[in-house]
Amino acid sequence: MKQIFALLMCVALALTSCGEDMDDNALSNANINFKFSHTWDNTLINSSNLTTQTLTNENGENINITRIRYLISKLQLVNSSGTTFTFDGYKFTDLENEDTYNFTPENNSIPTGTYTLKFVWGFNEEDNIDGAYLDLNSASWNWPTMLGGGYHFLQFDGMYNVDTTPSPFNYHNGTARVSVGNFEQNFAIIELETPLNITKNATINVNMNISEFFKNPNTWDLNVLDTPLMPNYNAQKMMQENVMSVFNVEGITQ
Amino acid sequence: MKNWIAYLLLIVSVLACSKENASDTETYEPTPLPLNIPQIFSNNIIPPVIPNNNPQTVEGVALGKKLFFDKTLSANQTIACASCHAPQNAFTDNTPTSDGIDGIFGTRNSMPLFNLAWNYGERFTWDGKELSLERQAIEPVQNPIEMHSDWDDVVDRLQVDNDYPELFRLAFKTSTITKELTTKAIAQFERTLISANSKFDRFSLGQATLTPQEQNGLNVFMDEEKGDCFHCHGNPNNPLWTDNVFHNNGLDATFTDLGLGGVTGDPSDNGKFRSPSLRNLAYTAPYMHNGRFATLDQVIEFYSTGLQQSPTIDALMKKVDQGGVNLSAQDKADLKAFLLTLSDPSFLSNPGFQD
Repeated sequence: MKQIFALLMCVALALTSCGEDMDDNALSNANINFKFSHTWDNTLINSSNLTTQTLTNENGENINITRIRYLISKLQLVNSSGTTFTFDGYKFTDLENEDTYNFTPENNSIPTGTYTLKFVWGFNEEDNIDGAYLDLNSASWNWPTMLGGGYHFLQFDGMYNVDTTPSPFNYHNGTARVSVGNFEQNFAIIELETPLNITKNATINVNMNISEFFKNPNTWDLNVLDTPLMPNYNAQKMMQENVMSVFNVEGITQ
Repeated sequence: MKNWIAYLLLIVSVLACSKENASDTETYEPTPLPLNIPQIFSNNIIPPVIPNNNPQTVEGVALGKKLFFDKTLSANQTIACASCHAPQNAFTDNTPTSDGIDGIFGTRNSMPLFNLAWNYGERFTWDGKELSLERQAIEPVQNPIEMHSDWDDVVDRLQVDNDYPELFRLAFKTSTITKELTTKAIAQFERTLISANSKFDRFSLGQATLTPQEQNGLNVFMDEEKGDCFHCHGNPNNPLWTDNVFHNNGLDATFTDLGLGGVTGDPSDNGKFRSPSLRNLAYTAPYMHNGRFATLDQVIEFYSTGLQQSPTIDALMKKVDQGGVNLSAQDKADLKAFLLTLSDPSFLSNPGFQD
């Protein structure tokens, strides 16, 4: 019995010491998740005021938002030595549903260090495969094949001139159609310069300033460009330019 | 030591015995009956929603079917669920609104029933009032202008029936009938009402071809400059042909029926109703939440020239200033031809769905 007891103790010790070793390793890795917030300049926009807040765009129109849904993909952290960690999956956000503001990649462990954040607005050409993503199909997120197929990047619906004669706008972004049957990629690579010093498990906080869609570099005149914009090549390229200043890293929580 | 092992063996054998005894008396389990997910759905959309506390079983579905067609559920035993949800009409009826046992008509069009397990938001009925199929099934039985029953009376009638106690035992392992078990069975049957065999489904699977007119109709449906139907009614990659979301589609300038707003109490939801699926619309006239349009042509004309402005109109009804999307006569005809390819006649005649 004594021998058995001793043997058991040995096994137990061996297992425990193994476990500690693994813990030591884990300390140099961090689990990352993302939290997106949305503002109109300094006004926080969430599910409780999305459709009720009256906002003024850069061109001076008063608008009310009906819905905003958008897609980003290929989130990457690039460390100071140039090594890139790419997270799996994509983030489909519906501003009406605050659960979708957060994003935890399936494999979200990276070495601690200093990074910058990079992601794709929409899907890049390789990923923008018509009908390939069942959850996005279920959300009717598809972009018509006559416009190049794949998926919407943004659906931003609302009314403008709400103080005078309200009119609808449908600011929808996706693949650009140059001419019938001739399409041009329209995704954007968003690179945010803010350094992120990750020392342990961290939430990266990213903000979308919605007003930038109407601001920079193209001051958007809804009286001219309201709807339909999906087949409008110039409008699509202006959206691609304006999305570049929409996102900002607000910092990390760890 | 030897004694100790003997005791241990004794305990183990007693436990084993008691387990066996228990299983002798409780061996019966209803037979699982997973939903038969059509290829066109598994290829394109995420799996259906089945509540954990009401799994599909052979016995539960059979019981639900019997209940669905049984007039016992109404107070004077003159109507069944199927009276307003008839298989030959894709499980709706052909009147604008429906009358109950007292001949009084309700205010809403009976909704067709199919592909219900793919309503991911699980808000049922036109106004989203019912948050599950099980809970929805409670309402028509006790609604004074529908079946006008008292649930306690219904349960009593089922309990003294010659067949039901045994059918409930087979479905739920108890012959004590309750309102909850009754609605669970009905919901199980309703989830089996799957329609996925239209001409367009076969076209998507490479088994049929569209005529040039139907193909042009699809283009009208998908073109933001023409019909722009797809933002609410699905697309070839979403064979549900609805978003199951609530929209004010511009039917009225003022509302006599608040729709979703009547449920949420939020004025910004007034006049919003759930987009119905376009599948099987050949069989589901009249149309809209109050059945105001008798024909598909009237519906298309409404979206073309009949929109009404109101404070909660959806921004997707973008041409409201011009009355609608102003389709040409040819585009209207082509759109209709495409919409009719969403009809699934095999759904109407499915022997599993008949009384």
